[in-house]
Amino acid sequence: MIEIIRPQAQMPGAASNAQPRSYTKLLWFVLPLLALVVAAAWLVASDWLKVFDTGAPPVEKLTFERVILDGQGIHLKVRAGGSEPMMIAQVTVDEAFWSFRQEPPGPLDRMSTAWLHIPYSWVLGEKHDVGVLTKTGLTFKKEIEVAIATPQAQVGQLVPQALLGAFVGVVPVIIGMLFYPAMRSLGRQGLDFVLALTVGLLAFLFVGTLKDALAFAAQAAPAFQGTAMVLVVAAIAFLTLFVVGRRHGTPTGLTLATYIALGIGLHNLGEGLAIGAAFAAGVAGLGVFLVLGFTLHNVTEGIGIVAPLVVSRPSLPTFAGLAILAGAPAILGIWLGSLSYSPHWSALALAIGVGAILQVIVEVGAYLFRIASEGGATWLSSGTLGGLIVGFVVMYATAMLVKI
Amino acid sequence: MRTPIWQRLSRRRVLSGGIVAAGGAIVGALPNGRPAVAQPPDASHGANVATTATHASANPMITVGDVGSAKNGFDPTAMLTDWETGTVSQLPDGRTLRTFEIEGQDKEIEIASGVLFPAWTYNGRVPGPTLRATEGDHLRVVFRNRASHPHSMHFHGIHAARIDGVPGAGLIEPGQEFVYEFDALPFGCHLYHCHALPLRRHISKGMYGAFIVDPDPARHPESVAVAQSRLLGTAENKEWQELVMVMNGFDTNFDRKNETYAVNTIAHHFMKHPIRIDHDRPVRIYLVNVLEFDLINSFHLHGNFFDYYDHGTTLIPTLTTVDTVMQCQAQRGILEFTYRKHETGAYMFHAHQSEFAELGWMGMFDVVAVAS
Repeated sequence: MIEIIRPQAQMPGAASNAQPRSYTKLLWFVLPLLALVVAAAWLVASDWLKVFDTGAPPVEKLTFERVILDGQGIHLKVRAGGSEPMMIAQVTVDEAFWSFRQEPPGPLDRMSTAWLHIPYSWVLGEKHDVGVLTKTGLTFKKEIEVAIATPQAQVGQLVPQALLGAFVGVVPVIIGMLFYPAMRSLGRQGLDFVLALTVGLLAFLFVGTLKDALAFAAQAAPAFQGTAMVLVVAAIAFLTLFVVGRRHGTPTGLTLATYIALGIGLHNLGEGLAIGAAFAAGVAGLGVFLVLGFTLHNVTEGIGIVAPLVVSRPSLPTFAGLAILAGAPAILGIWLGSLSYSPHWSALALAIGVGAILQVIVEVGAYLFRIASEGGATWLSSGTLGGLIVGFVVMYATAMLVKI
Repeated sequence: MRTPIWQRLSRRRVLSGGIVAAGGAIVGALPNGRPAVAQPPDASHGANVATTATHASANPMITVGDVGSAKNGFDPTAMLTDWETGTVSQLPDGRTLRTFEIEGQDKEIEIASGVLFPAWTYNGRVPGPTLRATEGDHLRVVFRNRASHPHSMHFHGIHAARIDGVPGAGLIEPGQEFVYEFDALPFGCHLYHCHALPLRRHISKGMYGAFIVDPDPARHPESVAVAQSRLLGTAENKEWQELVMVMNGFDTNFDRKNETYAVNTIAHHFMKHPIRIDHDRPVRIYLVNVLEFDLINSFHLHGNFFDYYDHGTTLIPTLTTVDTVMQCQAQRGILEFTYRKHETGAYMFHAHQSEFAELGWMGMFDVVAVAS
C-alpha cells in the first residue's frame, strides 16, 4: 500500500512532461551500450592487440562430453574451447592411429561440439584410451575405464531401469511414510525430534548433492565455469523457491511437506543420474547389496517428508503424490544418466537440487523454531539436538553402504 | 520354483553381477514377480567392427588423410633415393674434393595429415639431405645457420676435435657460417646431427640426416666386387635398388614422448604409398635410427630375411639371415635382401615395437615383376 502512494503523490502532472524526459532517460541507458560497441569496434578494426602477438600457438582445450560404445565402435562428443577455432587432425585409440569421421567436419569454433566416430573393435570389460591430436600437435585424452555397450533408449531397457529407480527412490520413501501413524503418537517432544531429524538428514543431502554437482561441473567444458555455475544456480533456485514458498506466509503443513518432497526429489534425481552413469560407464558392478543400501539410505527421507504433516491429517492420495514427487525423479535420473548425457546438464540439475534442499532446511528449521517457541521451549533442546545428530548419523551410516 | 530372496542375497552379497542382474533380482523380489527380462545390451562381447563396419579402407588402424609434398617441399618416397653428392672437384694431390652447402632453417612441417610441427631443419627438410661420398674423399661441408637458435653439424665419422660440432668446435650462432673439413672415413652408413645442447631437443626437432661413405674398391682387393656394388654409379651398383630410411618420430606436445613415428618423417606414408620393388633386383637399405625419447627402434621385414652390416663398416655381414634388427639411437646399418624367389605382392615392413608401428612407423613394399 505504501508503494502506491509514493510516486503519484510527489509528482502530480508528471505525465504531461514525461515524453521528452523519458527520451533523455532512454538516451542515458543507450549511451553506455553505444560506448561499449564503439570500443569493441575500434579494438577489432585497429587490431593494435597484435603488438602482444608473440607468435605463440593458440590456446586449445577439448572436453569430452559423451562417450557411446556400440557395434559400430566408439563415438565421442567433444566440445572445443580454444582461443581460435580448433582443428582435430588425427585420433588414436590405445596409442594407435585410427581412422575416424568427424561430424560435422572442419574446424571447431569455441564452445562448438562435434562427434568423432571411430570404427574401433573395443573389448568388453577392458580399458581403452582415446586420444585426439590437433593441428598444433596438442593431445587430449579420454579414458574409457571399462568398455561396455552404452544402453540404448529403448523400451526393453526403460522398464527394468524404471523398476530399479522405483526401488531406490519411491519404495523407501513410502516405507518411511509408513512411520506416519507412529509419529502421530509421539506427542510434542517427539515431533520436535522428528523435525530436527529431518533437518539433519537434509543437511547431509545438501552436502552430498553439492559435492556431486561440483564433481559433474569439474567434468564440464571450462567455459561453463562449473563451480560458479553450480553456486549461482543453487543460489537462484534457493531464493526463487524461498520467495515463492513464502508468498502466502511461512510454509507449514502440506506446503512445507511438498517443498521437502521437491528438494528430496531433486536429490534423488542426482542419485539416479549417478546410478545411470555407473550403468553406462560400467564403472560399478551394482549388486543387490548396493541397491538395498540405497533403499535403506532413502527410508529416512520418507520420514522427513511427512514430519510437518503430523499435526494435520492428509488424505492417502496426498501421501502418494508426495512419494512420487520425492522418489520418481530417481527413475528419470537413471534413464538420463544411462544415456550418457553431457556433464554440465547433470551439474545444472543437481545445482537446482542444492538450492531446493537449502530452502527446505531453512523452512523446516523455521517451522521447528516456531513450534518450539510456541511450546515455550528453545529450539535447541536435548530432543532436537538428538534428532539432528540421529538424522545426520543415520544418513552417514547408510551412505557407507552405497559408496564404492 | 523361485529361490527365496535371503538365499539369493547370500549368494550375491558381493557387489558383482552387474546392475542388470540387480534389476532382475528386484523384479523377482516384487510380489507379482515378473520374470527377470533384462538382457545385457547389444554388442555383449564388445564391438567387432574391423570386419563389419569398415568401408573405406581394409585397415582402419591408420592416420586419416595424406600429407603430400606441396606444403613440406619434400616427399618421403623421393627421399629414399635422393643422394646429395656435393660439388665435385679435384685436389692438387689428385684426390676428390666434395663440397656440400647446408643451411640451418626453422620450418613448420606437416608430419601427419593436418598435424603441424615447428621443426628445425637442414636445408628445409627432415631428415636433412643424404650426404654421399666415397671412402677417402676430402669433404668440405659449408654450414650456414639461418635458424633462430645456435646449431652445428656433428658427423659420425673420423675427424679432428676442432670440427666436432660440439660447443666450441663448430657450434655457431644464427647468421654465422662454419666449414667442417675432413676425410670421408671410414666407409659405411653413418649420420650427422646437430650437437647443440640440449641435444635431445635439437635432435627431436629434426636436425639430423644420413651420411653414407661408399667403399673405394681399390682399397679392398679382397672383396672388390662387393665394394663395387656399394659404390654409387658403378654398373654393379645400378643392379641394386638402394633406399635410405631414417627412422624418426615427433613429440608434438613437448612432453618428451613421441606422438608420431615414421621412416623419413611422415607417419604411415609408406602404407599409403608403397615402395615399388623390382622383383628381380636385390634391395639395399641404408637404415639409420635417430629416434629420440624411446630407447630403441627396430626394423622388421615380412616374408623374407636379410643380411645386416652393422654401421655398414664391413663388407661381410655382421648378421646373416635375420628378419628383425634392433638399433639404439645413432646406430645404423645396411640391410641386403631380395624378393627374387618370392611371389610378387605387398610385403610389409615396420618397427617391431608395435606401438611405433601403430603410431606411423609401418610401410609396404610393392614387389612387382618389371618387364625388361
